[in-house]
Amino acid sequence: MTDATSPSETPAAAGTATGRPQSPFRRAMVKLWYDRAAMIAASVLVAIVITCLLAPVYAKYVSGTDPFRSSLSAKIMIDGKRVPVMAPSTEGLGLGVTPIGPTFGAKYMLGADTQGRDVAARLLYGGRNSLLIAGAATLVCLFFATLIGVTSGFFGGATDVVLSRFLDVLWAFPVYLLAISLSIILIAQGLTIGPFTIESGSLLLPIGIIGVIYVPYVARPVRGQVIALKRSEFVLASIGLGIPRWRILFFDILPNVTTTLIVFVPLMMALNIVTESALSFLSIGVQPPDASWGTIIQEGQGLLYNRPMVSVAPGIAIVITVLALNILGDGVRDAFDPRSKLRPR
Amino acid sequence: MITALIRRLAEMVFVMVGISVMVFLIFFATPGSDPAARIAGRNATQEAVAQVRVDFGFDRPLPVQYVLMMKRLFVDRDLKSFVNRGQNVIPQVLEATPITLSLVFGAAVLWVIGGLAVGVIAAATQGSLIDRTLMVLALIGVSMPVFWFGEVMNLLSQARFHDTWLFSWVPALGYKPLSEDPWGWFKTLVIPWFSLAVLYIGIYGRVLRANLVEAYQEDFIRTARAKGLSPARVMLRHALRTSLIPFITMFGLDFGVLVGGSALLTEVVFGLNGIGRLTYIALQNLDLPMILATVIYASFFVVLANAVVDFIYIFVDPRMREA
Amino acid sequence: MTDPIRPALLDVDHLKVSFATDRGRVTAINDVSFRIDDGEFVAIVGESGSGKTVSLLSILGLTDRRTTFVEGTAAFRGRPILGLPDRELRRIRGKQIAFIPQDPLTALTPVHTIGWQIVEQIRTHETVSKEAAKKRAIELLDEVGLPNPAAAFGRYPHQLSGGMRQRAVIAMALSCNPALLVADEPTTALDVTVQAQVLDLLKRLRRDHGSAIILITHDMGVVAEVADRVMVMYAGRVIERGTAREIFAAPEHPYTWGLMASIPPVEGPRPHRLPSIPGTPPTPANIPPGCAFAPRCAHRFAPCAGLPPALSASGHDAFCFLDDNARAAGRAALFAAPETAA
Repeated sequence: MTDATSPSETPAAAGTATGRPQSPFRRAMVKLWYDRAAMIAASVLVAIVITCLLAPVYAKYVSGTDPFRSSLSAKIMIDGKRVPVMAPSTEGLGLGVTPIGPTFGAKYMLGADTQGRDVAARLLYGGRNSLLIAGAATLVCLFFATLIGVTSGFFGGATDVVLSRFLDVLWAFPVYLLAISLSIILIAQGLTIGPFTIESGSLLLPIGIIGVIYVPYVARPVRGQVIALKRSEFVLASIGLGIPRWRILFFDILPNVTTTLIVFVPLMMALNIVTESALSFLSIGVQPPDASWGTIIQEGQGLLYNRPMVSVAPGIAIVITVLALNILGDGVRDAFDPRSKLRPR
Repeated sequence: MITALIRRLAEMVFVMVGISVMVFLIFFATPGSDPAARIAGRNATQEAVAQVRVDFGFDRPLPVQYVLMMKRLFVDRDLKSFVNRGQNVIPQVLEATPITLSLVFGAAVLWVIGGLAVGVIAAATQGSLIDRTLMVLALIGVSMPVFWFGEVMNLLSQARFHDTWLFSWVPALGYKPLSEDPWGWFKTLVIPWFSLAVLYIGIYGRVLRANLVEAYQEDFIRTARAKGLSPARVMLRHALRTSLIPFITMFGLDFGVLVGGSALLTEVVFGLNGIGRLTYIALQNLDLPMILATVIYASFFVVLANAVVDFIYIFVDPRMREA
Repeated sequence: MTDPIRPALLDVDHLKVSFATDRGRVTAINDVSFRIDDGEFVAIVGESGSGKTVSLLSILGLTDRRTTFVEGTAAFRGRPILGLPDRELRRIRGKQIAFIPQDPLTALTPVHTIGWQIVEQIRTHETVSKEAAKKRAIELLDEVGLPNPAAAFGRYPHQLSGGMRQRAVIAMALSCNPALLVADEPTTALDVTVQAQVLDLLKRLRRDHGSAIILITHDMGVVAEVADRVMVMYAGRVIERGTAREIFAAPEHPYTWGLMASIPPVEGPRPHRLPSIPGTPPTPANIPPGCAFAPRCAHRFAPCAGLPPALSASGHDAFCFLDDNARAAGRAALFAAPETAA
């Protein structure tokens, strides 16, 4: 494990010999390009991302209703008959209403939720939030993880001791409980730091929370890698040549860490999507009226036995997205880190 | 050996103190929060809030507040839930523990067996259709949100197929104590066990397969094969035996984290009143003392599980014995 | 030399090994034939990558069956063993033919004791009680010269030094009294003094047990010390073959000259610089057509673009176009040089 880089991967090559026809990065990209499973997964992801991100452009017009406003008394035409979206219950005492089931037409394709809103349209808007949060949280996580991991590994000494201990504590903290602790405080009252105030319903809160809780997952391997790199021959050689430390940091260490980070991106995305949905399911993630896949599952819980589609559909969306991310993640790891020094989950 | 033990204990204490400090800071030192109002409860009078402020020492410096809070939690153990007034928090946590343990323990048995089977079979048939099918299934297992899968299982076993032979034995959601009704205990927990285990079977199967495939590149596997051993023996006594070490690390961490409350999603979905659901209900009522207690309790289990893993290592890996 | 009635211990004929790689099939071993009789000590010499290890691993069925394709025939005591079902091959492997791996550090399973691993091998091939197997294992450890063998029995691999581990591996290989020992560079990973001890051990074991030994090495010095017969391999082919005496007296292939010239002389003044062969050996993916050594050969001429005539069935021969006179002249030029310089 100490021998973290093979001669062919040493970035002395990547950093200095730019004239070479094939840098390790290019070679990895080519390898990824020919990985059929990874490319299929990538295409599926691109399709999902485009469909969801563009939801505001088309979803409203296709569904014909506002997915954020309840429409309890609306009626739609099916097979030439006017059918109420919220049908009065015929069972039991006749109290309550049952939302319309999947019509598989443009309107209410997947049925309606308890407030008569179009589930299919909400699914698209929700996916938009889920993807945005997961993506932004990934960036937050990688940024802080790199900052902490590289600082800790490169400077060593007291800095390392303090930061590693901090990571140890964070690591031992079950992520969901950490997220719950942070969420309950922040989502209830928002966050005010000096002149900046983040509203309690802001998407920035789940992004920040999800970004922070997984920092140790990435920071620890980054730190380990930086320490291994520091002991590697090409860095020792650079030190021997009297090259200044900042140059070693930016030209020898960081390019290598970048590879690690690339490997982490799809896997963290996958993890973040699941985490976001879990927090939203516990009603401490995305706050109404905003939707995400997690909140839709939660709202559909009460309808589970009558109109299961409300809860099942967003779950399927999550499974497909996360599955594609994991397959892509496997491909990226095989391409960039063939000897699997890292095995993030 | 003794020094290593003391060192390990010191580390454990350090991490636990660290976690409690962190929880404390999140709850009581977040900018803009007023913990006294929170603890006093909704619609509390000004006097009540002021009383809480003095009781908990919120008018004093943070370190003093921290010590007072820990004293209430561990020494006096008189921290009270503010939702159900007068109810002590600690006994509730203790009451919920066996339920969480039952859930996690049963799931752990399932996922260890399942993970071993998936990993070993896939590695043994590496590259074949069986291998690929297993890996796709494992990846799907990893990709499913556990709470959603639990709901789908509920949908199938409680509603859609409840009247068929497949799921007619499934009792209504809830928990039956093992000491009172062992068979009922088992029946109510089978579906939750399975739902929780699926994710981990996927993770463990994938990791184990990767480790085994890596082990097969090692010289000692070639030696074992050159000795004329059967493939099963090479796999189980040599490759698997050496690949167990990372498996155990993962198991310790996951088991600790789950007992420590990460099983909460499963508990919520299946209506099991364990630690996780306790946290969840407290969460919905903003019951701060309760959340504080469950989170600290959780960290205790995680740290304990880590320590247990370290000791198991010594039995599995002879190289660790001298260290 | 060869008994026509009794089949050879190991008879390999036209062995060809190829790997499936990203860039298609690559042939690593081409047209390798040799035979070994009971009790012989044969050395296979070559640089790393010349295919010496792969050829023997493929005969023993230890290569990865999904990515490695083995053609040709190999017979053990007259019984073909290539393509034998794994179940049958396992009865030969470890019992009749034992393998001594290169690096004793990684060759033993780290989580089992030395004794456990030897007992495992004995009990795989013979029905003996645990106690009897343990007794035999301790005897074996004693025989290979481990001090305090009873204690070594309970040791884990990481608790022994490199030389001790190599002895333990040899003890394990000997545990079923194999007729043939295949030793893959058993001394490379060891200190020089330990190397000599291990070679002595191998020689003594052949005397005591009567096993034939195939020694794979890149070290001509080691060969001179122990081998009866020598095969020199280059780029997946046997390029020279003969008795050790013949080859050391009159090497015929320019590559062998290079190997021999790179042994430091035992007597006389130290040469300022040992001669070396220019260039590097080809990898299996880019073996040149014709004579694979030609690009590095100082004696190459027009015919070298084609494949040299096959080796004669027996006796001393080289896979080279040079005729006897040219070989003698080249040899004389190379080996006279240091002496005249001195």
